[in-house]
Amino acid sequence: MTAGQAPGAAGLYRTVALIRGFEQRAVQLVRDGVIRGGIHPCTGQEAVAAGTCAALRPDDVITSTHRGHGHVLAKGAEPARMMAELAGRTTGLNQGRGGSMHAADFAAGVLGADAIVGAAVPIAAGAAWAMRQAGSDRVALAYFGDGAVSQGVVLESFNLAALWRVPVVLVCENNGFATSMRPADTMAGTVLARAAAFGIPAATVDGMDPQAVLDATAQAVERARWGGGPTLLECVTYRFDAHHTWEHTARPRYRTAEEVAAGTARDPLEIQGARIPAATREAVDAEVAALLDEAVRFALDSPHPDPATALDHLYASGLRARAGAL
Amino acid sequence: MSPDSTSNTTYREELREAMREALARDERVFLMGEDVGRYGGAFGVSLGLIDQFGPDRVRDTPLSESAFVGAGIGAAIAGMRPIVEIMTVNFSLLALDQILNNAATLLHMSGGQVAVPLVIRMTTGAGRRLAAQHSHSLEGWYAHIPGIRVLAPATLEDARYMLASALADPDPVLIFEHGSLYNLSGQLDTGCGPVDLDTAAIRRPGNDVSLITHGGSLGKTLQAADRLAEEGIDAEVIDLRTLRPLDDTTILGSVRRTHRAVVIDEGWRTAGLSAEVATRIAEQGFYDLDAPVERVCGAEVPTPYAAQLEEAALPQTDGIAAAARRTVG
Ligand SMILES: Cc1ncc(C[n+]2csc(CCOP(=O)(O)OP(=O)(O)O)c2C)c(N)n1
Repeated sequence: MTAGQAPGAAGLYRTVALIRGFEQRAVQLVRDGVIRGGIHPCTGQEAVAAGTCAALRPDDVITSTHRGHGHVLAKGAEPARMMAELAGRTTGLNQGRGGSMHAADFAAGVLGADAIVGAAVPIAAGAAWAMRQAGSDRVALAYFGDGAVSQGVVLESFNLAALWRVPVVLVCENNGFATSMRPADTMAGTVLARAAAFGIPAATVDGMDPQAVLDATAQAVERARWGGGPTLLECVTYRFDAHHTWEHTARPRYRTAEEVAAGTARDPLEIQGARIPAATREAVDAEVAALLDEAVRFALDSPHPDPATALDHLYASGLRARAGAL
Repeated sequence: MSPDSTSNTTYREELREAMREALARDERVFLMGEDVGRYGGAFGVSLGLIDQFGPDRVRDTPLSESAFVGAGIGAAIAGMRPIVEIMTVNFSLLALDQILNNAATLLHMSGGQVAVPLVIRMTTGAGRRLAAQHSHSLEGWYAHIPGIRVLAPATLEDARYMLASALADPDPVLIFEHGSLYNLSGQLDTGCGPVDLDTAAIRRPGNDVSLITHGGSLGKTLQAADRLAEEGIDAEVIDLRTLRPLDDTTILGSVRRTHRAVVIDEGWRTAGLSAEVATRIAEQGFYDLDAPVERVCGAEVPTPYAAQLEEAALPQTDGIAAAARRTVG
């Protein structure tokens, strides 16, 4: 399945399973010392990526975040090249220049993952505006966290997007945490009220249910396409794993085991898995596992970049360093 | 400074003890930043302080760098002594407006009416495989700004004792902690007492060439000096410590003795801190030089992700030693 075809229940399940399996393998590669900077796993949040991207066409675009593996995969990037990027190999999506927090795949409509919290929201708005100016009906979709809605640039972007009626869908992934802080620690008011202040239609969505996310996103995308401007969706989900894999070794105390057990009780993989025949589920699981095992093999077999290429890709004009400095 | 069997403390712990002392000594002092409370900060520096001082004095902030740095300025001019933690220097750019247009400027622009006794701490530097939005060394940019002081503790002692001096200073002070230093371990020299924020330190005396550096590059530079010693080259290593104001006296005093200089800076070369240091040597020490000043800097590229590329983009011991050899060669 590629992003954009209206996926059946099995297609949605497959995307959730793909992301889940990808993150499991990536976490293992962090433990193995292959992914040296660690990752921000999106485990538990797969329904948001799967449901939103299923409502987009292949020529629509997204911007992602530091916790973006799911977004990038759901939009259609090749898992093998994504894994190779995490491993810092030349065959990676970004040729080993970006890594876990910065996957970009313009062929798949991934304009890039931005690790400066909130910083990609205006980029999505600007891209959406430009596509509209060019006469197309393509839309942009921006992901950001519950922590990001405290950044001035996010609120500035809401204003600009509403003022210019740009075809952008604003997806707030409320996973219960900004690192160790809960929404109540970082946010006065609510996400929906922020949208309302700018006249942006907004809704809260069950971010554990891929189908619910798909339905809500489809409406928002529809509005954007016909010129109705931005919509905000607050997808309520739960971060199953650490903020960052470094927490696997240091254990800061900000949530209890009981709380995690409660938070993980609803699992998008099970919710969507229950909607398809057991045999279908098994077949999808096997296909995805084979694909991902191959992705890991591909990544590990791929070459490391040559240090002599460290200065590549600095100027599109080809401007090169003179005597070690530009 | 190197870990040994008597090791009993780390750079991270000494930064924490410095804050503990400051919070205990002066009730106007408080710490704020993202996740500094229960979580203990992104790098674990403030771990446990909230238990001792409570959430009013160890305050988690929203993800709003511009707002909480601005609020720090407001609290400072209202009589508090804030310590603001920004997770990394790349994120500090969201607050650059407040730092430059307000903190550094208010005293002058108000005709001397209001000083801003604010301390801002942040992590700087590369080496953690976190790619271009988490790894830059921008302390040199801040050193460009008149009206603030810029510090770069590179030893356990400076981690411990610079903060008190920074808090006693009536002006804004920015403290840059290189990410590779948090786990630096060793024994604290408790005899060194309060730090004077105007002077560089000679970390290794020598006669043949002056290696001038700061922060995360100090360890690599000392290693290079050891290697050079085996070859009969006696290098002096200067730790700038204070990047603004620069201590011309120590820098030039050294160059007058060695007649050769290498400036090592993880920041970019063009228009950077290394350019400023080299220019001062050219301006004030030109006739003392026996060789052109050499620079070893971070490559002029956004910090790449892959380990091989990142290593190639940073100053390394080999490159530092090679530059020193060129000056004596
Ligand atoms: C401007 C900026 N400040 C701080 C950080 C450090 N940081 C990385 S992720 C994060 C928490 C983000 O929370 P949220 O937006 O809710 O996303 P989540 O991590 O939950 O996916 C922080 C503070 C950053 N990357 N950028």
